[in-house]
Amino acid sequence: MTNKNKNWKEIAPAGVCSKSSLDFLTGDWKTYTPVRDPEKCTRCVICALFCPDGAINWYPEKNDIEINQDFCKGCGICANECPTNAIVMKIEQESK
Amino acid sequence: MQKTVKQKMMALAGDQAVAYAVKQSDVDVVAAYPITPQTIIVEKFSEYVANGEVETEFVCVESEHSAMTASLAASVTGARTFTATASAGLALMHEMLFVTSGCRAPVVMAIANRALSAPLNIHGDHSDSMAQRDSGWIQLYAENAQEAYDSIIQAFRIGENLNVLLPVMVGLDGFTLSHTLENVEVLPDETVKEFVGVRKFPDVLTHNGKTAPFRLDPANPMTMGPIALQNYYFEFKRQQEEAMEHAVNVIQQVNSEYAKISGRSYGNGLIENYRLEDAEVAAVCLGSTAGTMKTVVDGLRQNGVKAGLLRLRTFRPLPVEEIRSAVANVKALAVMDKCISFGGNGGPVFNAFRHLLYEEANHPHIVNYIYGLGGRDTSPSDLRSIYETLQELLQTGHVEKPIRYLGLRS
Repeated sequence: MTNKNKNWKEIAPAGVCSKSSLDFLTGDWKTYTPVRDPEKCTRCVICALFCPDGAINWYPEKNDIEINQDFCKGCGICANECPTNAIVMKIEQESK
Repeated sequence: MQKTVKQKMMALAGDQAVAYAVKQSDVDVVAAYPITPQTIIVEKFSEYVANGEVETEFVCVESEHSAMTASLAASVTGARTFTATASAGLALMHEMLFVTSGCRAPVVMAIANRALSAPLNIHGDHSDSMAQRDSGWIQLYAENAQEAYDSIIQAFRIGENLNVLLPVMVGLDGFTLSHTLENVEVLPDETVKEFVGVRKFPDVLTHNGKTAPFRLDPANPMTMGPIALQNYYFEFKRQQEEAMEHAVNVIQQVNSEYAKISGRSYGNGLIENYRLEDAEVAAVCLGSTAGTMKTVVDGLRQNGVKAGLLRLRTFRPLPVEEIRSAVANVKALAVMDKCISFGGNGGPVFNAFRHLLYEEANHPHIVNYIYGLGGRDTSPSDLRSIYETLQELLQTGHVEKPIRYLGLRS
């Protein structure tokens, strides 16, 4: 527990959130990280459609996708669905 | 002193008295499911709805779990909400009772106290609500139909107080009170409406950095009761304990404010002391038993016995200091439990009393009487025997069997 956590007198009742869900970076829950090979990727966007967290975004102007690691929980559905096996799941440390 | 308002005398059974109080309390939502001996509350209230006598949204649900879920949901939007249940119905609500108190939703619920199966029994004892004592709800127990009526009205004020914001259950003994016709004085509609007032909300800081009233409102979106893990859950539980501590004062304030308009008060709202000031031998009980007990005490007093009674009206929050000073001069105390805590070394009320008296230098001898389970009748002579035992105890100065059974065939 860090010191920046508030004490019981400082917080709202009933667990009312004082931050937006965009401020809770759930990406740090993951064990495995999706790593994409842009050469193999055909930009079919199936991964983005299947991502349960909406953590894969499609940018038409760049004709490319981007995986948002702040919110990717590492479930591996994208890697499982990718028709060209362009995404593989790696232990987070190894992926860097 | 302010003059009390003119009241109307009605013949009402406990359940009807509760329904009448709800009708007058400007309640927005009632979500309930029928169960004996509570059924008449919901039945009578649905008549008021059908007749257009109230503007309440009445939600027919498929179970008590849904009844409490719907009540919670209504309450967090800011609606004044009421429900009622008993026995197995309350047991089925168990999970949602904690969610309701955790969301600080001041739902008011009447419990027509009834035994739990098996074997099946529909009659009155306190097993149902005592099993929910740690669910974070305030618990009041009524002595008669009049008090059931008065307590429901007070419960909205207690629970909705901004320093409290906790749900409140009001217990009335199944059949003994729920189905017994009594003379009940009722306040005029406008007096009750004024007394309960309009629900208020504290301001809380929400996720978008704005301060907004603590209720679900599309204009001011907020999230209530989401996940809180090792880093925050504990803090929220401590807040609920603080609210219970505040309730000790609020219950007393509401009791005396109500006395000003109605002329009726119940001790200090927490406990009612009956001929206790100079009592040497005293009993502690909840609910309707106190009515019989007062007659027994009067008889004993006529025979020169220094007998007294402490009626515990508020079980949660437990009024620790008030009880300590009330029994400070008592030499032998019998604590009665209309409930059994299997393997618990005595009933819940007994355990509460014995633990709060532990640090007192001159604490009384204390014995537990388990009684009235499954609605078994408790006669004046049964109750008189308790005081005789307490007097014997004063002679011997030694408690041989601290946990005893009253009215059990042996």
